[in-house]
Amino acid sequence: MSEPARGPVRDVAIVAFGQSEHVPDSAETSEVEMLMPVLHDVLARTGLKARDIDFTCSGSSDYLAGRAFSFTMALDGVGAWPPISESHVEMDGAWALYEAWVKILTGEADTALVYAYGKSSPGDLREVLTRQLDPYYVAPLWPDSVALAALQAQALIDAGHTDARELATIGAHRRGRPDAAPGRQVVGPLRTGDCPPVVDGAAAVVLAAGDTARRLADRPAWIRGLDHRIEAHALGVRDLTDSPSTRLAAEHAGAFDAPVDVAELHAPFTSQEVVLRRALRLDAPGSTVRINPSGGALAANPVMAAGLIRLGEAAAAVQRGDADRALAHATSGPCLQQNLVAVLEGER
Amino acid sequence: MSNAARAKEPVAVVGVGQTKHVAARRDVSIAGLVREAAQRALEDAELTWADIDAVVIGKAPDFFEGVMMPELYLADALGAVGKPMLRVHTAGSVGGSTALVATNLVAARVHRTVLTLAFEKQSESNAMWGLSLPVPFQQPLLAGAGGFFAPHVRAYMRRTGAPDAIGSLVAYKDRRNALKNPYAHLHEHDLTLEKVQSSPMLWDPIRYSETCPSSDGACAMVLTDRAGAARAPRPPAWVHGGAMRSEPTLFAGKDFVSPQAGKDCAADVYRQAGITDPRRQIDAVEMYVPFSWYEPMWLENLGFAAEGEGWKLTESGVTELGGDLPVNPSGGVLSTNPIGASGMIRFAEAALQVRGQAGDHQVDGARRALGHAYGGGAQFFAMWLVGSEAPAG
Repeated sequence: MSEPARGPVRDVAIVAFGQSEHVPDSAETSEVEMLMPVLHDVLARTGLKARDIDFTCSGSSDYLAGRAFSFTMALDGVGAWPPISESHVEMDGAWALYEAWVKILTGEADTALVYAYGKSSPGDLREVLTRQLDPYYVAPLWPDSVALAALQAQALIDAGHTDARELATIGAHRRGRPDAAPGRQVVGPLRTGDCPPVVDGAAAVVLAAGDTARRLADRPAWIRGLDHRIEAHALGVRDLTDSPSTRLAAEHAGAFDAPVDVAELHAPFTSQEVVLRRALRLDAPGSTVRINPSGGALAANPVMAAGLIRLGEAAAAVQRGDADRALAHATSGPCLQQNLVAVLEGER
Repeated sequence: MSNAARAKEPVAVVGVGQTKHVAARRDVSIAGLVREAAQRALEDAELTWADIDAVVIGKAPDFFEGVMMPELYLADALGAVGKPMLRVHTAGSVGGSTALVATNLVAARVHRTVLTLAFEKQSESNAMWGLSLPVPFQQPLLAGAGGFFAPHVRAYMRRTGAPDAIGSLVAYKDRRNALKNPYAHLHEHDLTLEKVQSSPMLWDPIRYSETCPSSDGACAMVLTDRAGAARAPRPPAWVHGGAMRSEPTLFAGKDFVSPQAGKDCAADVYRQAGITDPRRQIDAVEMYVPFSWYEPMWLENLGFAAEGEGWKLTESGVTELGGDLPVNPSGGVLSTNPIGASGMIRFAEAALQVRGQAGDHQVDGARRALGHAYGGGAQFFAMWLVGSEAPAG
């Protein structure tokens, strides 16, 4: 890479986070109805009105909504009048937060509202996600997201990095039921306890710069580093037991400069938590890091919002004083193809 | 503020690449299409894939190709492996928004050199029906975008008293400009004004020849910082201002003829660029005109003409390639429309003009040019103003 590592030119913090209840089926509420209470919640936490926000950015997917330009419905709910400075990524909301962070770094904005939502219940998520794959060589075979994660899990077991017992323990702990059985096999070696619950949900975050952040929150969660990296798409050219893109993003975000108190990892499958812990060196001897105290994506995985929720949960831990330094991670694509890492700190 | 933002890094366009836009590129995959444009942008900048720090890609709805979040599959083709890759989607304005997101990465000093690209491969699917999915309890968008926009064109005609022929003048001009642009999709050598005016009526008052085509195509740009611009082999285009604005699709009091978001977006760009008299200070405009009548409508919305007067500029030839405010010298969206890329093509063509690299459709001595894109129900706007000189400061 030609560029030297450079730190952010401006202090930017997460000052508020909110999320919906995550439900298996929200047939009676639209995306907008799901999102609106969350937006009102985060704005109320900061005392800001929608018109006080300098920049708005969202993440969502037309393929979940089943219609083109689905994000425009949500925008109507946001109340973009008078007109607002606004953008949208067809990615998890964690990347919307990234775009908003960059916008604040330019100095063109001091505050930003970031939101994301996804309703998986109207379709069959496993089948929908096959449409993410190489359209010529892979998608026509319809390999679904659980089958691909199972390939990864088996590769991990074959490499001696984990076993069925450890995976079952991760799944049970993340759901707060340490004694729960791992459930029936879905796609070997993955059992129901290893797989994320398919839910509908929304989340939102407010970002602010410098003294504005100090004014809006008692203890802002400062973004000390934020970076994301992508890997090759073809599974055949990747080492599925490792996540070099997570490690690279973590290096650029400064995650390895000091230990973190909390790590919120976007690992929809138990096996992927193992991969991420290894890439992020969270299992080092003497480590006291608390991993996914929120339960992570194994407890609630609203697609397109689950990554943003990891950033929000890590920030909330800092804001509550439960952590001085926290790591948040978000992922996208099959078998952790694309990964984002943020380092958040409270004022010391 | 503990550390007030330093002045933004100046951003320069040092590479532009396009594919030859056509109805169907059956000879290449989606990956092959985007790589072709990206490779040409790199060649223009005399850079290699290793010189690129991040990739920002945009396209319109994923249904247009039938691939969900195709950037995942395109990471390899765009040399993004091991790098940050962002995917923007802001409806028809997306090509412009994508360029602005990439610009901000350099302006904020997060990266030094960024590849930005937008594409659409409409032949993989059917865009009109991709836009016409029935949604329960929602007003149907009718069959395609023309049905949505035709009433707003009619409203403009009623409001201004513009003669019926104005739309055909725009279409005839843009299609003739396209003959000078080797990348344009439509090259209608035997087109006459009479043929435009007698072409079938599609969505009254919009005729077939006043409507954009469906294209396969991609457009890419290399953006870099001041140091990168100093090393560039050809003159750079400097970004003097850029902005996005959005407003709701429908609400009481919405002005579909001249949306407030478009006015606000232009005002923001002019403020950043120090433009006080756009008609005099801007030498060329690449605006998003998917249906001919949008040229006079946007001339007013963007402040080039007083309200109700835009059609007079068109009628008097001011917007022709040889006029004093050439609009869409490239042939515009009316001649080339790979939807997701159409906004970026406007931005890139504006850059080519101020770089003096526009070839046969070059506007003599263009020093400042505006690139404009819009989308959704005339509700998403993205614009930038580029200049041949580095911004002051």
